[in-house]
Amino acid sequence: MKYTRLALSLFAVGLLAACSSAPKTADQSAAVEDRSSGASSSGVDGNRVVAVDANAANGAGLAALKDPKSILSKRSVLFDYDSYVVKDQYRSLIEAHAKFLVANPKMKMLIQGNTDERGSREYNLALGQKRADAVKKALSLLGVTEAQLESVSLGEEKPSCGDASEACWSANRRGDMLYSGEF
Amino acid sequence: MHSRILSVLRSAAPVCVLALASSLAQAQLAIEITGAGTNRMPVAIASFEGESALPRAVTDVVRADLERSGLFKMVELGPTPMGADAPVDFARIRSKGADSVAVGTIAPNGSGRYQVQVRLLDAAKQATLGSQAMVMAPAQYRTTGHRIADFIYEKLTGEPGVFSTRIAYVLKSGSRYELQIADADGSNAQTALASREPIISPSWSPDGSRLAYVSFEAKKPVVYVHSLATGQRNVAANFKGSNSAPAWSPDGRRLAVVLTKDGQSQLYSVSADGSGVQRLASSSGIDTEPSWSSDGMIYFTSDRGGSPQVYRVPAGGGDAQRVTFEGSYNVSPRPSPDGKSLVYVSRNGGRFQITMLDLASRQTQILTDSSKDESPSFAPNGRMVLYATEVGGRGVLSAVSSDGRVKQRLSVQSGDVREPAWGPQPRN
Repeated sequence: MKYTRLALSLFAVGLLAACSSAPKTADQSAAVEDRSSGASSSGVDGNRVVAVDANAANGAGLAALKDPKSILSKRSVLFDYDSYVVKDQYRSLIEAHAKFLVANPKMKMLIQGNTDERGSREYNLALGQKRADAVKKALSLLGVTEAQLESVSLGEEKPSCGDASEACWSANRRGDMLYSGEF
Repeated sequence: MHSRILSVLRSAAPVCVLALASSLAQAQLAIEITGAGTNRMPVAIASFEGESALPRAVTDVVRADLERSGLFKMVELGPTPMGADAPVDFARIRSKGADSVAVGTIAPNGSGRYQVQVRLLDAAKQATLGSQAMVMAPAQYRTTGHRIADFIYEKLTGEPGVFSTRIAYVLKSGSRYELQIADADGSNAQTALASREPIISPSWSPDGSRLAYVSFEAKKPVVYVHSLATGQRNVAANFKGSNSAPAWSPDGRRLAVVLTKDGQSQLYSVSADGSGVQRLASSSGIDTEPSWSSDGMIYFTSDRGGSPQVYRVPAGGGDAQRVTFEGSYNVSPRPSPDGKSLVYVSRNGGRFQITMLDLASRQTQILTDSSKDESPSFAPNGRMVLYATEVGGRGVLSAVSSDGRVKQRLSVQSGDVREPAWGPQPRN
């Protein structure tokens, strides 16, 4: 019963045991797949250790991506309610990231758009895409190549704040910029 | 208001679930009936002769199924079994108030299995309405009960029952997401996919063997097709950008999907193996949430007119036509199996509610009194609509009859249940 004890102790510290050892048998009507082993962070978590290919960018620039004193460590663009326009207050942030990407053409960026929780999940996925696209367009206009950028949406699925309040909803209307190695 | 909680026993749980035995009590879906029809048919299901030899009574499953449908009133006859071929005391049945009665016999057939015979009788006419015979293994008492309930339901209402169908949904507990499959009564829940990233939009293939869904395990939405019996899955759409909202074509060969590879969210179709991508429609706005109807249309949500509304386009190509006009937010359309009506989510003064539209008369009816309804899907007989909503801050599944009268709720003791999809009739 070693497996069971292990599972229960993991459960006790708030982690659910992986189920990948469940045998797949064709006579059971639903076999189990497990996708739990990957990292769970969506990118802006300060505790996460990111493996970076040192050949991909110059070392000083990479350090800046993590340096809290550098503007490049800031990765989120917040949007107004029902809006898909990058506000003027983010101009210097977008410019700094565009400059970095132009200087490091091997670096790629994944832009994840997010929405608040109200309404249809799939329609919110489409609205989050509009936010990611707005960030992508702003970077493209500053010379970042199409091959370096991918805009995707997480819709309402990955809120940074979980309460049903206006403060939370506004924190969740955002675009996040992730670099190679962070996604 | 009739209220009753049926606690559901889990049998034949997969290894994954056994390892989490301490969480079993929290993971069971329990069904609560929160509203019933006004003119329920009084039916008596006698205890079957010989069923006491089984681990659990088949007739308990039959009664629970029929009761839950909201269309029948169960009349108690007491514990004395009534065999399929024994004479029936119709005067006693009528005196108890039942219009019809089911009797049956379950007997060992000599090879470790049981022969089941069921007879349904009209108590007033004193005539047989129909008979059913099948062979079952003792562990199949639940499946057998669902099939008997389907038989009785069809004989008494003229429509096929849906007690043998399955549902898919996503259970979120903490940071863990599980795509689960359960019987329509919430029992026998099995996990098809477990992930630490979200899973949304499960969609059943027409033959019930596969699910298409959106998983975020690659840090972006990707559409997968998953064979339930083997656990094998393939990527159906992983283009640059987002890939979402899969919906099977009625022939089970293609999926309508939403892609952003060419810009905004737009409708495409792909083969189930991911090949042969084709554009289905174009607009300058968002097009999403496609759903195929039995009459060759694709219903979808679009904000091309300024607010999200339901449109439809012929699956073979053609002009899109607007379908909803009331209000500023009508999303997640699902055509009924007969193609005559449409269910969707409408926003009414800040409340998101399940709404039914009769496509011929253009009459609409709000079916629910909740405020965070999402993801409606029809039962294969069109009689009920399954959807997700919130009660006390937690995600639960609810079902409402197409006329709004019968209401049920399916919930787990902890965790959020969401993204339901009602599966097709099983193929025997």
